[in-house]
Amino acid sequence: MNSFTLTQAAAVDEAVRDFAGHAGAAYLGGGTNLIDLMKENVSRPAHLTSLGHLPLSDITGLPDGGLRLGALATNADTAWHPEVEARYPLLSQTILAGATPQLRNMATNGGNLLQRTRCYYFYDLATPCNKREPGSGCSAIGGQNRVCGVLGTSASCIATHPSDLCVALAALEAVVRVQGPRGERTIKFADFHRLPGNQPELDNTLQPGELVTAIDLPAQGYAKNFTYLKLRDRASYAFALVSVAVGLEMDGNTIKTARFALGGVAHKPWRDPAAEKMLEGQTASPDLFRQVATKVFAEAKGYGVNSFKIELGKRAIVRALEQASEMDQAIDSNAFLNSNP
Amino acid sequence: MSTSYAQGPLAPPAGALAPTQPVTLRINGEDHTLQIAPWTTLLDALREYLDLTGTKKGCDHGQCGSCTVLADGKRINACLALATVYQGRQITTIEGLGGEDNLSPLQQAFIDHDAFQCGYCTPGQICSAQGLLNEGRAKTADEVRELMSGNLCRCGAYTNILSAVMEVLHDGQVVVDNGTLVTIPMQPISANSAA
Repeated sequence: MNSFTLTQAAAVDEAVRDFAGHAGAAYLGGGTNLIDLMKENVSRPAHLTSLGHLPLSDITGLPDGGLRLGALATNADTAWHPEVEARYPLLSQTILAGATPQLRNMATNGGNLLQRTRCYYFYDLATPCNKREPGSGCSAIGGQNRVCGVLGTSASCIATHPSDLCVALAALEAVVRVQGPRGERTIKFADFHRLPGNQPELDNTLQPGELVTAIDLPAQGYAKNFTYLKLRDRASYAFALVSVAVGLEMDGNTIKTARFALGGVAHKPWRDPAAEKMLEGQTASPDLFRQVATKVFAEAKGYGVNSFKIELGKRAIVRALEQASEMDQAIDSNAFLNSNP
Repeated sequence: MSTSYAQGPLAPPAGALAPTQPVTLRINGEDHTLQIAPWTTLLDALREYLDLTGTKKGCDHGQCGSCTVLADGKRINACLALATVYQGRQITTIEGLGGEDNLSPLQQAFIDHDAFQCGYCTPGQICSAQGLLNEGRAKTADEVRELMSGNLCRCGAYTNILSAVMEVLHDGQVVVDNGTLVTIPMQPISANSAA
């Protein structure tokens, strides 16, 4: 690790000022990603503005029926918060599918949004990587790209965003609240992360010095019909090769509202509003789900090692939609089994 | 023969280093004031400054769990924690859970179930299992397996680690509260929770 100075800010404005007052500063949340990147020499901040004392750990109800997740609430406290478990079980399940209990106890919600890719070459200082060192080239294209993306990639970067939590936040259409040198603003979740284009060094649309203060969930939590399907190389503690977060509003077998997002396939949690529209007003059926899956991956591009993700992704969408749409029926059939031993 | 550096010497001049600062950490119920740099991790503070070498450095990247300690009763990876930002928190290490003359229930269960071979991961396993008990979420063997997945054992003692944790889970929960071990009444455990 390089040497650095550190300030512990007590208020949001103080943190924003401290950041602005130090060249090469970075905000420190739970540190589970940043400290690791600093040990790897991938990140070399000259100054850390530590956020641990900021009053941003609360989870509180909003007047519109939604829920505000403080940026510094830990992943574990969020996943096991009674309101989140009851009203946003998709979010709870998704958080618990990621990392380990130790990491979830440290990692913050705001920090989860800002974690960097796990593309092998981003961590490997001996190889070119446009995200780590703009203009140096992409080693993943034509290299070991099992973890890389197949949707929205560019000639300069095929990295994926590694978060589970963000996939659920995309499906739930959360809103990110930020504060920076020019004041506060909100960013729709779909606009928070970006595609790599020719500036893969930028993961998101935050302006320099802006700090995530909260994540707002809308009132609709899809608590009856939801699923998070995560496919990975190990059953626990592994990043998603492909994941799908689904929230449905059902009327019998008819899908009234559909929201879903994919992880592990792109530089951002992948939404496809046109594919969601294909589901709405329709009767849930495997045929329909296959059509939707085909549409989502119509423009996908495999890079050899990771080309399997296209077929895997389609099948994951079908299975996730089946799971989410049949959740009520599954409960009914259990009741049937229980009453007929 | 002299060595020349194209961009000057690799190490910055001593004056450019951030000064060390006094940092007071509450470890196992006692305050310790250390003079450390901002980049000193909680793990290094414990091992290199306080001689609390029960907490182990394995991967040093938050992947293996051998550095697991409790902060306010919650398990964390000490290798990814900067010591200075953990001021004011109650840190509990394996030494704080018990010693030779007063083994904690988990420590005793690990011995009884032969839950370790080389022993390097064991302090982290026990602290993590203590965190699991504190959380009160895991009831079944599968849930314990899932919630212990942040601790690797290269010897592969997983089966016996699971048995040890399940025994303590069945016997009643022993939690860390305000830095000390407290036994709370046994929780009802569902029929399908047998190891």
